[in-house]
Parts: sequence; C-alpha cells; structure tokens
Amino acid sequence: MPYRALLVAVLVVLASAPAFADARSDARKQVEFGILVAQKGLWREAIYRWERATQLDPTYAAAHNNLAVAYEHEGDLEKARGAYEKAIELEPGNAQIKQNYELFREINDRTTRKDSQ
Amino acid sequence: MTVRLARILSSVAAVLLTAACATTYEIPIETPIRPTLDVSAFQRVLVAGFVAGGSEDVDGNLETTRLLRSQLRNKSALRVIDADALPLMSVATEGRGEAPPVKEEKDLDAYSNVFANVEYWKRIGEEYQQPLIVTGTVLFVPQQRNSIVQREEEVYDSFGRRRVVPVRTYMERKGFMLSPRFIFIDGRTGTVMHSTTAREEILYNANQATPALSSYFELMDRVLPTFLSTLSSQKIKGTRVLLQ
Repeated sequence: MPYRALLVAVLVVLASAPAFADARSDARKQVEFGILVAQKGLWREAIYRWERATQLDPTYAAAHNNLAVAYEHEGDLEKARGAYEKAIELEPGNAQIKQNYELFREINDRTTRKDSQ
Repeated sequence: MTVRLARILSSVAAVLLTAACATTYEIPIETPIRPTLDVSAFQRVLVAGFVAGGSEDVDGNLETTRLLRSQLRNKSALRVIDADALPLMSVATEGRGEAPPVKEEKDLDAYSNVFANVEYWKRIGEEYQQPLIVTGTVLFVPQQRNSIVQREEEVYDSFGRRRVVPVRTYMERKGFMLSPRFIFIDGRTGTVMHSTTAREEILYNANQATPALSSYFELMDRVLPTFLSTLSSQKIKGTRVLLQ
C-alpha cells in the first residue's frame, strides 16, 4: 500500500514536469530577448521581458537577478533589492547573483546612510 | 505508457540541462542616485563658511568654502552666491572673549551652538535672498602612526631568479585625517534641514614629504561625492552580470 502511494506521488511529480519545462522554456525565451535588448540599452523593454519571465516561471532565479539589475539601472533601488533577495532565495549558492547583490548594497547603503536632523 | 514516460523523462532532462548550462553576460550599468535633500525650493546656494581646525598649514574654512563653491558651480543646478566666508568661530564666541583654537574633535563642541542659532541664519538668509545655506565643521588633523605594513620586495635566489615577496615591516607613518560635517540650513527659516558627516584618512611613509594642502585636496576628493549626492543627482557606474 505505501508503495502504491509513493508511486502515485512520483507519477504526479513527473506528470507536472512537462508543464514546468514549458513554463521555463517560455520564460527563458523572454530572458534571452531581455538580455539582447538590455545590451542595446533598451532597459525598459528588458524590464518588461524579465517581468514577464518571472510571471511565467516565478522560480527562475536568473530572471529575478536580471530584473534586479535593470531596476538598479533605472534607479528603482527598492524594487532592485526585492528582486535580488528573491533571486538569492531561489538560488542561495549562486555566486554571481550574490556578487551583484553585494555591489548593489554598496550603492544602496551609500544612498540610505544619512544623519539628518 | 512507455512513450509517455520517455517524454516526461526527456522534459526533466531538458530542464536540468538548461539549468546546468547557464550563460552569463557582463553588462555596464549606471545607477542614478536621487539627491538626499529636496532642494527644489531653492534657486541659490550660499556656502557660508566653516568652523575649522587642526593643521595650521591649511585654512579649512577658506579652502573648504572655495572648493565646495567651485564643485557646486560645475555639478549642481543651483546658482552659487559669491561672498566672503563667514568668520563662524568669532560669531559662535561673540561676547565670550577670544575663540579657543580647534585642535581636536572635542574642541568643536564649543562652536556647535552657532548652527542652532536660528535667528542668525535667518538674518543671513534674508541678506542673500533666502538661499540654501551650506555650513558646518572641518577638522583636518595631522596623524602619526607606527604600524606593521606589508610591502613587496624583490629577492633573487641562488640561481639568480627574481621573485617578488611580501614583506611585513614595522614602519613609522605620517599623514592626515579629514573629518568634515556638512550642515544644510534653510535660508528662509534659519533651521537645519540636514547634516552629513564623513571621515577620511591618508598615511604616507614618514620620509615622504607631502604638503598638507595636497593631502587636504586628496581627502576632500573622497568626501565630495557624499556632499554632492545630498544636493544633486549622481550616476554611479558599475558592471553587473546578467544570467540566462
């Protein structure tokens, strides 16, 4: 009996794999196009593409990372922080995301450090 | 059933393969930084002067006033008012005899009251048609420290091969510490809007004779971005990695 339940669970997971692969594949196309336009300086279009990618596949860490970079470039530091944190949450071991985040924090800390009266 | 299983497995393999072959692209970015202070209500800025002390080789009041004015002329939209730097130390100690010299940080306390003198700044504001007023304190102090430093030294082995090795030596080092506090006052009300502090230090080998003024400018160069980012937007250049 426990074997049957395990088998059902495995089959459910495997059955959902094609859908996951499709979502990732669509998201990947958006990410690729986003990179292409960002390299041409079209950051708003890149943001649109990467936002779309994160909607298609919310577990796609690279899309969140790229989105964070684009937000940073646009000066939207709050959104950039959120996107970096999501990317790190999804892929805590990714050194490149961590490096981007460290560089971002250096700038962000500089802008938020004030001793106003 | 077998065909379906094969399709599922190939999909999973495709996902794993995609994840394994992540490509990266380094891309330059420019992060725009909004000014810390909203100065849209002002058209003009008066760098009024500073309570300064430390090294006698540099007049911290005059040099800082001159430098900030020239920076603001080039890097801010505000019109810079040309006027003599105010003798703030005398203003702060008016009626209390001669102004005590500022040698170290705690000596500045005797002058802190001048920045809170709303009536005084309001009067200055009226005199210059209610500009944004920049003032504060500047401490530029000689430093001397003996410490272990690491430097590289060339060594040759018995075969005449050259190598560069790190050598740790105990050295006497001399230099300066710059600690400015920039205070931004609303010329319409005489009240402090914002203040920001910085601290920078530079040390040289004891046998290296570097003029105090040149060290002052070197240290101010490090502090200026913080000062300017308070008043005007800046763009910080860098590179990030895009992932596929």
